[in-house]
Amino acid sequence: MSYEIHAAGILDFGSIYAFIDSLLPEGLDWLAFTVGGFVLSFIVINALVMSTAVYTWFERRTLGRFQNRLGPNRWGPFGVLQPIADLVKLITKEDTTPDDADRWVMTLAPVVLLVPTLLVVAVVPFGQDSFLGRLNIGILFVLGVTSVNTIAIFMAGWGSANKYAMLGAMRGVAMLVSYEVPMALGVVGVVLLSGSLALFDIVEAQPIPFLLVQPLGFLIFVAAASAEMSRTPFDQIEAESELGSGYNTEYSGIKFALLFLAEFMAPLINSMIIVVLFLGGTRGFSPVPGQIWFILKTFAVVFALLWVRATWPRLRVDQIMGFAWKGLFALSLVNIFAIAIEVVIFQDETGAITAGQMWIMAAINWAITIAAVVVTARTLGQRKLERRRASPSPLANMYAEAD
Amino acid sequence: MPGQGTEASLTVDVVFWVLAVSSIVAAFAVVHMRNLFRAALFLIVSFVAVAGMFVLLRAEFIAAVQVLIYVGAISVLIIFAILMTGEVESGSPAHSLRIPVGILAALFGLTAIFVSVDTEWRILDQFIEAGLLSAGATAQVRDVFSNTIPWIARMLVQDFVLAFEVASVVLLAAIIGALALIRER
Repeated sequence: MSYEIHAAGILDFGSIYAFIDSLLPEGLDWLAFTVGGFVLSFIVINALVMSTAVYTWFERRTLGRFQNRLGPNRWGPFGVLQPIADLVKLITKEDTTPDDADRWVMTLAPVVLLVPTLLVVAVVPFGQDSFLGRLNIGILFVLGVTSVNTIAIFMAGWGSANKYAMLGAMRGVAMLVSYEVPMALGVVGVVLLSGSLALFDIVEAQPIPFLLVQPLGFLIFVAAASAEMSRTPFDQIEAESELGSGYNTEYSGIKFALLFLAEFMAPLINSMIIVVLFLGGTRGFSPVPGQIWFILKTFAVVFALLWVRATWPRLRVDQIMGFAWKGLFALSLVNIFAIAIEVVIFQDETGAITAGQMWIMAAINWAITIAAVVVTARTLGQRKLERRRASPSPLANMYAEAD
Repeated sequence: MPGQGTEASLTVDVVFWVLAVSSIVAAFAVVHMRNLFRAALFLIVSFVAVAGMFVLLRAEFIAAVQVLIYVGAISVLIIFAILMTGEVESGSPAHSLRIPVGILAALFGLTAIFVSVDTEWRILDQFIEAGLLSAGATAQVRDVFSNTIPWIARMLVQDFVLAFEVASVVLLAAIIGALALIRER
């Protein structure tokens, strides 16, 4: 029983390339890689879209449970077929465009939102040899590609020529730009410890999950990531009670379906990234293959994020911006300093850090984390509203005194 | 593994021309669009195409930084600034300086093309093929190009750390200056 990456033979993408290569005549390696790449991308993207459909059902069902109601329960056992019904409804709906809308911009916005979301999957290592692209810049690619979302939300808000959409987009973009900073800085701790930007190297560098080694980085990254996908404590983009529906107010039909596909896919992909960065990715205990561990961990993170979403109320705009710049930004600097000093102290000549040393770092970092979070909460947190002591109204006993 | 040994193939040529044409067409559109918002969007297309060029040159790090900074941050600020202006729909009208500016730009572009075509570029691959580099130097070149990030890091925060820090201090001063200028009194 060791906490390692277990290869799973047939599930590995490398063996699929080898299989296609064995079917083709000699000297056509490039064709094998091309065909294999297309086939694998097709499989991965469709699996992702399907799991997003299942996820919409799961999210609505779980939220229902949290809120003491049933959630979708009409079609299929426990309402499992609800996503199909939703899809049929969305496709058959009339696709309306406002008269003043910038047609091209409005039509392109859902595509610009969906494509970067899908592109992130290219670098996620699902297993020891299971990734679409072996990129050295791994996590930087993820950060860069997700930053394109901002443009898509701007396009949607501006293109639909609606003041609520525009307001939602403006707020959302301001928030996304602010939270990109702590998100990138939260990753720096992981990169410092693992010594690489590539996601498969980061997985290899985790003899114990980085969640234990640097809890502060984990908290920062999870908070910033849930802001980036604008989920409930941070859902300023589509604050329903204030903005209609935010940037997607004017969308309907298939365009709306695409927007929401991207929106519901973001939690899954962010969970995958969190699993890779902080939970040891495909590492697990034999004989269960790494892919299965990866899926289990991703599901656990998805559920935890859903729990957060169901529990916290929406923050105000100024609270959200203050939390990013005064809270998370300062905390991430503390995290980077702590990790950098520890890495310099603990690493040997080759730059490697053993598991035992990581446990020592974990002990130190938990102390730092608790202290830093308490200090931040004390300085930033709002004091309880002081209620005036109830004093009887002078009119309360009017009649009694008169008697 | 896929993605290796792709240099000088047909695919690279096709990708290069797609990127080159789209970046130039997008740059023209930025200048000619009357709608400022669309012009900003075309500027983003141009940025992304340039990032693609960096990938072709095996500088993935710079490509990622290009997308992160130019597309994710600078373009957003440009769009914010544009939306603050009154006439977004027709904010970029034709003006009388159009033709002289066009001629100047064409001259500049032709000069740049002439210089880059006329220069005898010292390409490392040719040196290696001609056997002009020692075995150790060849290995080092291959090492640099297999993973550029550690080398960039070494340059940035070891060899040229003073220049790097001075640049960040200058940027910090600029930020503080901007804040001091717009502060409400």
